Amino acid sequence: MDANSYIHISNMDLLIALLFIAISGAISRWQKLELERDMAVGTIRAFAQLLAVGFVLQQLFDAARWYWVVLALAIMTTVAAHNGVRRQTGAKQGLFTVMMAAIATGASITLILVIGVVLRVRPWYMPQYVIPIAGMILGNCMNGAALVVNRLHSELTLRRNQVEAALALGAPAKQAASEAMRESLRAAMMPTINSMMTVGLVHLPGMMTGQMISGTSPLDAVRYQIVVMLMIAAATAVTAMTAAFGALGVFFTPFHQLSPRLELGEAWDAYTHDKSKH
Amino acid sequence: MDSMTCVPAIELNRVSMTKPVLLGNSLTELDIIRDVSFSVPEGEILALIGPSGSGKSTLMRMINRMEDPTSGQILLFGSDISGLDVRELRRRVGMVSQTPALLPGKVSDNIVYGPSLRGEPCNPEEYLELVGLEPELVSRPASSLSVGQQQRMCIARALANRPNILLLDEPTSALDRTAARNIIELICNLNRQLGLTVIIVTHVMEHAQAIATRVAMLVGGVLIEEGAAADFFEGPKTQIGHRFLKGELTEDGR
Repeated sequence: MDANSYIHISNMDLLIALLFIAISGAISRWQKLELERDMAVGTIRAFAQLLAVGFVLQQLFDAARWYWVVLALAIMTTVAAHNGVRRQTGAKQGLFTVMMAAIATGASITLILVIGVVLRVRPWYMPQYVIPIAGMILGNCMNGAALVVNRLHSELTLRRNQVEAALALGAPAKQAASEAMRESLRAAMMPTINSMMTVGLVHLPGMMTGQMISGTSPLDAVRYQIVVMLMIAAATAVTAMTAAFGALGVFFTPFHQLSPRLELGEAWDAYTHDKSKH
Repeated sequence: MDSMTCVPAIELNRVSMTKPVLLGNSLTELDIIRDVSFSVPEGEILALIGPSGSGKSTLMRMINRMEDPTSGQILLFGSDISGLDVRELRRRVGMVSQTPALLPGKVSDNIVYGPSLRGEPCNPEEYLELVGLEPELVSRPASSLSVGQQQRMCIARALANRPNILLLDEPTSALDRTAARNIIELICNLNRQLGLTVIIVTHVMEHAQAIATRVAMLVGGVLIEEGAAADFFEGPKTQIGHRFLKGELTEDGR
């Protein structure tokens, strides 16, 4: 690919782009939205975060060492798991392990298949391929895991009587929760399936547009996009499934009882924290 | 009486339970059950009574291990339930909740649920008849039954597991007077026909008096009275028992 086939953005161009924030700032002031401060902070953060990430990625790309790539993947997975936990409405205790295991499982299986079998990247750790693809997979895994656990929590709370009726008849936790599991898994998979329905019609995915700007022909770019969509669907399915089973181990006790944390909410975290100190 | 019947069906031995309860934004440990001991001989019907919030439901839920005591033991025919396989324990100790909790599907799906978990055959019509429902209902969606029929179906569902003991947590509170009366009669018949040991939580003293052979009364998690039903209804041993029967007791038992 010719490095000069796309237009570079100079520092001057970046400063000119600041004019855009002036437009939204003017609207905020005119309509008294009082968003100027947030906009300023947002602009500075976006600049700082993206420049930093760009710098780190540049180092990573230049070094092209497998251990730096693996370290980057580990950090990305941890951040994804942390975010997945942060988005839970109930108690959070024990969920980080669940998220971490689920996201790592779903993402690594898919990443290995895409890198090793579909794209056959040589060497396998070429950051140019591994990092963006892993980023897309992890983002979707995070959403899937966060959605499925949140939904399972509310389904179990909602269906408490039904779940306990099944348990009382001797059903194991997994079976007593089967309806709740099904609903939660469906909820976690739906966004991916919906985006497969509308891709290309309603929106052009970021990766495809990025590739086209950097000179890839649209026909090539859509091939990548097809692979990406399918791998995201697989990664989401595996992650959601793993997260749901992991969360069952948190929402039920080992004795097939519903955990009291379901009705106690966030206060449960402080309580178990205090208890472990004594 | 042979030696087998001397072992009580259920025995509680100094059972206490504290659990975290949401007060404001933080959790506080509350004593729900305090040092409760009593036993239920096989084939008897025990009425568990007391003001609301006295821990009756929690006590019931500990017998089939939906919750666990903090200290003390619960024995099922002499063996500590914490040593039994929890799913086998729940097969042997059936539970029927206050409002009928339906499992998805038809009446037959509900009734065969327990036996099919273990791959055992089950004839749902047989259990419908046992609880006085027409066998034709078997293919109807469970949700299409009346509440009274649903509660009977829930009893049939528990019986399909061939339990030794049946726990009923205010089984008539969602029903009208006639339907409630019929359920009480049904429980009495099942006890006679099957020799089933029954523990029933009820706030209707008329029902307790009609079917119970024994009574246990809880106030604030403490066992206040325990003994033969006839003795209790003739004259409770305690002042609190007297006041409860007269309907003078408030929630906290003062």
